[in-house]
Amino acid sequence: MSARRVTARLLDVWALVVLLYLFVPIAVIVLFSFNRPVGARNYEWNEFSLDAWTDPFKDPKLRDAFFTSLEVAAIATAISCVLGTLVAIAAVKYRFRGRGALNALLVLPLTMPEIVLGFSLLLWFSTLGVSRGVVTIVIAHVMFCVSYVATTVKARVRGFDWVLEDAAMDLGAGPVTTFRRVTLPLIAPGILAAALLTFALSLDDFIITYLNSGLTETFPVYVWNTKRSRVPPQLNVFGTMVLVVSILLAGLIALSGRRRAAGR
Amino acid sequence: MAVSAAGRSTPWWVPWALVAPGVAWLGAFFVVPMVRLGTLSVQDGGLSNFVDVLADNSEVVLRTFWYAAAATLAALVLGYPLAYVIATRGGRAKGLLLGLVVLPFFTTYLLRAIAWRVLLGGNGPVVGFLQAIGLFGTDDGILATDIAVIGALTYNFLPFMVLPVYVSLEKVDRRLVEAGQDLYGGPLRTFRRVTLPLSMPGVFAGSLLTFIPAAGDFVNAEFLGSDNQRMIGSVIVANFAKEFLKPQMSALSFVLMALILAGVLVYARLLGTEDLA
Repeated sequence: MSARRVTARLLDVWALVVLLYLFVPIAVIVLFSFNRPVGARNYEWNEFSLDAWTDPFKDPKLRDAFFTSLEVAAIATAISCVLGTLVAIAAVKYRFRGRGALNALLVLPLTMPEIVLGFSLLLWFSTLGVSRGVVTIVIAHVMFCVSYVATTVKARVRGFDWVLEDAAMDLGAGPVTTFRRVTLPLIAPGILAAALLTFALSLDDFIITYLNSGLTETFPVYVWNTKRSRVPPQLNVFGTMVLVVSILLAGLIALSGRRRAAGR
Repeated sequence: MAVSAAGRSTPWWVPWALVAPGVAWLGAFFVVPMVRLGTLSVQDGGLSNFVDVLADNSEVVLRTFWYAAAATLAALVLGYPLAYVIATRGGRAKGLLLGLVVLPFFTTYLLRAIAWRVLLGGNGPVVGFLQAIGLFGTDDGILATDIAVIGALTYNFLPFMVLPVYVSLEKVDRRLVEAGQDLYGGPLRTFRRVTLPLSMPGVFAGSLLTFIPAAGDFVNAEFLGSDNQRMIGSVIVANFAKEFLKPQMSALSFVLMALILAGVLVYARLLGTEDLA
């Protein structure tokens, strides 16, 4: 019995150490947003300073990159959610030839390393003579996000009672009204979850984006491009802001989920 | 005629119309580019592109495989016990603990690599500690070593290991574990014969989700390594804009995919034989 307790204790300690390991670099990112670095690279702790926080937009290119990231993420999320939701509804609701092939097509991009996805897309754009910029970044992001949306929404659609649609139609609602008033509200939580996931994936994507961005810079691309000359603490300010907003959003969603569960 | 799940029949074209936009997008921007990658890889020299690219990068290819395999193994060793503790002893804190596991994803991937650069730097805390306890001399460092890059790869993809393992452990029927203990006694043996085999789907999924992005990565090698830590991704990204190297880089992309496929097959085999033992 005591041997078992020792094992359990050891496991707890191990889990705690791993959690700390996960947490330490995050703490470094936040801490170093308050650093006044010696030299151009924010690699070593010097002294506490609020400089970066009071002047986060010191480099206008960093501001542009940050807003480009938000713009790309918003557009890519909207497109992927529409395309992915339609695919999810069709894949769950209907039996038709080619459903297996459809599922394979959806899974395949998720099993490829980003560098291969990004490089093949780059080759295709250059074959077509398309110049790279915001449009090609959005195209690339939608490409790898559609699969995530379809998978996430499918999980929600699978529990949907299709008889409700038939009931609405029997009561005289047309297919559009039925979709808008019955189907959509019921699968909305799945779409919302997919939208948040897509937004986060798009905001954080670097490898595919870098290969298909041309001269346009998103936030991760800006970080990469400046690394040879400088690593300003402003990067950490933006990193920290994204972290805080994400935690707040996650907390809100968890709370509203709990409230809804409690209300029922 | 297509048949809906509720049994009501719909015109045959309805499901096709629904999937058409998504499928068209994936076709135009995933399938066609992959085909283009294939044709380019054998352009100007056919299969000799593959021979050339392997001869030029044999060290990089082997290193990529070894880094990805080592990072996957390290993530399993670190992540399995964590997933186990959360699944079996998490109680009401399960959600919060899982939240902490995915916390790294809430910050930019490149900033995480930079954070490791800070932690492992010459004047950073880790090297300072190792020097203080006498393991490191004043000239020893961690940056620009295999350990630094593998450690950062492990870190960046660890949540991909923990989540699937957690899901599979969560699904393990506690009654089976209790039955195992009633019949055999030892907790270690019960774990090895009951819990571990039942969690294998999670271990397999988690390993793939760690191995694939780790094998394709070049960001951690760039921030934490030197020329001696370059991976396949580093080579592709350094040369992607060079027109004359496109066939070689396409071939190298296929080498990377083949390497991942080989890793997956070997791994499936290993897990399979372990199950029989």
